[in-house]
Amino acid sequence: MKAPVIVAACAGLAALALAGRPAAVGAQGAASPELTTQCASCHALAKPTDATLDRLWSRKGPDLWYAGDKFNRDWLVAWLQNPTTIRPGGVLWFKHAKPGDPRDTIDTAAVEKHPKVDAATAGRLADALLQLKSGLVTDGAYNPASANMTMGKLAFSKLRGCVACHQDQAGQGGLSGPELYDAGRRLRADYVIAYTKNPQQFDPHVWMPTPTLSEPDLQRLTGYIVSLGKEDK
Amino acid sequence: MLRYGLAGLGLVAFGAAIALHQPTAAGAAENPKLQATAHLYDTYCAQCHGVQRNGKGINTVGLSVQPRDHSDTVAMSSLPRAQIVKAITEGGASVNKSALMPSWAGVLSPAQIEDMADYLAYVCKCEQAK
Repeated sequence: MKAPVIVAACAGLAALALAGRPAAVGAQGAASPELTTQCASCHALAKPTDATLDRLWSRKGPDLWYAGDKFNRDWLVAWLQNPTTIRPGGVLWFKHAKPGDPRDTIDTAAVEKHPKVDAATAGRLADALLQLKSGLVTDGAYNPASANMTMGKLAFSKLRGCVACHQDQAGQGGLSGPELYDAGRRLRADYVIAYTKNPQQFDPHVWMPTPTLSEPDLQRLTGYIVSLGKEDK
Repeated sequence: MLRYGLAGLGLVAFGAAIALHQPTAAGAAENPKLQATAHLYDTYCAQCHGVQRNGKGINTVGLSVQPRDHSDTVAMSSLPRAQIVKAITEGGASVNKSALMPSWAGVLSPAQIEDMADYLAYVCKCEQAK
């Protein structure tokens, strides 16, 4: 009589243990097995519980636990089939910087290359990635009516200094941040505004400072950033 | 053979001279707090202020105002500590310097910023110069 009870109890405990483990789980559900197999060795697919500076230094790829907030599907599907370098300094710029004169340089040969996948796999991975949401991004936070390209560009290039770390044209701008010259195809506007407002909400030890920007500034910058790269379509 | 030996010794000496010249994490190894702060510097500051702390970071390519050279003993000695702490905490504009220097208060704690001021005094050899 006791055996079935013990088996049932064990099964219950196992189910609880599985439910509670820190697996690759997004806010909207579990990451697909294919996503876990293909991506989890380099990317965090669930919010890390050990967000430390040491973890930042040891990670192999950017976190993707908020990929569903961040990426446009069309860009993601195309990029997975033909990956280009998004971060001129590599995943972690400080691992590739070399002392130099007149300035330090990036050892570009050491910058990581992302593996390619075929079209069908890219589609499935993109769909699975778009399920991963942080809960930190508000739909409609960016108001397109507030866009002002002239002021946005001025803020990006001069007043707020974004260009110090990010390129808004290929080859023009800093190297430690991701390039933004195709941000309009790559990134969702509501994510851009949320991340720019407080990068540490997404990535607690990231080397992007917390900009102290007013709401109109955030709107103008976002309008400019999401316009970049769209003209090439 | 002797020539190769001498050349080898020369290379080793040159390498050692470079290693000793850089006040990086390795140079601060004798002091755990300096070492931890050097690690923070490598993560956040070196992108503009340079891996050798000389103001020649990878991002200076796009900067209209060049970052401060933290290895410059004379220039760094002229800065009051309170001004350094304020610049790191609130950004360059708060001390009438370039707005390209952002506020790091959202990334570094007040204690880490005080440690950074100590570390900068170590990097510029300002204490020894007094």
